[in-house]
Amino acid sequence: MFTSNPFAALSTSVPPAVMQAYVVVMVLLVAGGTLFDIWHKQSARYFFNHWRMAKKQGARQIGGGEMASLAVRTGLVEVLTSAEFCNQQRRAAHLLTMYGLMIYVVATIILVFYYPTPATPVPVLVPALWHIGALMICLGGYWFWFFIRVDVASEGNSPLRLVRADLFIVSLLASATLGLIWSYAQWVGSATCATVLLGLYLIATTVLFGSIPWSKFSHMFFKPAAAFQKRIEQANESRRNLPAPAKRPATFGGVRRHSHHF
Amino acid sequence: MPTFVYMTSCDGCGHCVDICPSDIMHIDTIYRRAYNIEPNMCWECYSCVKACPQNAIDCRGYADFAPLGHSVRVLREPEKATISWKIKFRDGREKNFVSPIRTTPWESIKAPSEYALPSADAFKSQQLSHEPQALHIDTLPTLTPRQSKEG
Repeated sequence: MFTSNPFAALSTSVPPAVMQAYVVVMVLLVAGGTLFDIWHKQSARYFFNHWRMAKKQGARQIGGGEMASLAVRTGLVEVLTSAEFCNQQRRAAHLLTMYGLMIYVVATIILVFYYPTPATPVPVLVPALWHIGALMICLGGYWFWFFIRVDVASEGNSPLRLVRADLFIVSLLASATLGLIWSYAQWVGSATCATVLLGLYLIATTVLFGSIPWSKFSHMFFKPAAAFQKRIEQANESRRNLPAPAKRPATFGGVRRHSHHF
Repeated sequence: MPTFVYMTSCDGCGHCVDICPSDIMHIDTIYRRAYNIEPNMCWECYSCVKACPQNAIDCRGYADFAPLGHSVRVLREPEKATISWKIKFRDGREKNFVSPIRTTPWESIKAPSEYALPSADAFKSQQLSHEPQALHIDTLPTLTPRQSKEG
């Protein structure tokens, strides 16, 4: 199952051009949905207003070289390793889901555009990556869903309660889970099950990429920008209006010996 | 001054939800970020402000004495056992305070869940949970009947 290309088997009933058109429509929905989100929430306006204010309040100006260095550090630390999370379990779950989604999407594009039919034999690695990506999404996503989600872990709500904030994670998990089950149904040769599961898989995937204005999907574009801005504010010493770091006291927490502020 | 959350800075970790003694820090159902559901009921203990690892929580002054333009920002530095406050007035004046917050290293105090469960007999005792060991004394001091009458 892990080495079989589910899209090649599908090409007997759905022309490759239709599959490719569907992928293009999903990419356009992501781009359009994100732009609509930026316009609707005025997040770009907020970002640049905040940027100008931080620049005005800053004690020092940031040069182009330093800004490039901060951008690289943001990419390496906050984006690639999700270092902003203080909860290490959440960080691990987030990394699994994030890299799983990236692998899953890239492998889908390669399979649909380069190996859409059984006539073009696919290297074993590509379908394996498609399945591994989907499994990583399931592992990280269900871990987050049942154990880490803050409204469950901190507020004590039922893991089965659904709210609008769950739209992204639910549609992502549904897409990955149904994709895996659909691939399994094709592998065992159950045509009816495969057709039903394909329908459900397409619904979940369309909701995932088509619901961006209402879901948290676009956080993957906004969060790096916010992390970069935070680094800039630290560097120019405006620090989001926060106090400057304190000097380390001579005696650790010596409350009795230092009854006044030190 | 009740607290509020900068949703763009909050990462929805839930620390403030866990620590709020008034149970008014909750998770928004649209963005999964924390917010103060009832500022009127805020005890103003600032536990959430100090606990937030992202410094995403601020204090909002009441309109009658702290009009728009002021800010109260807090920076907790557990590795130094200090907490710093930066108070900015509307006219631009600024006051900075640094205070010690601990006498022991961060996370060196056992959480209640790390203690063994008390036995059923402990319910009959007048002592609180894990007394007197938790107070680092052998026995709690007691008053004799005569001392009690003397007040």
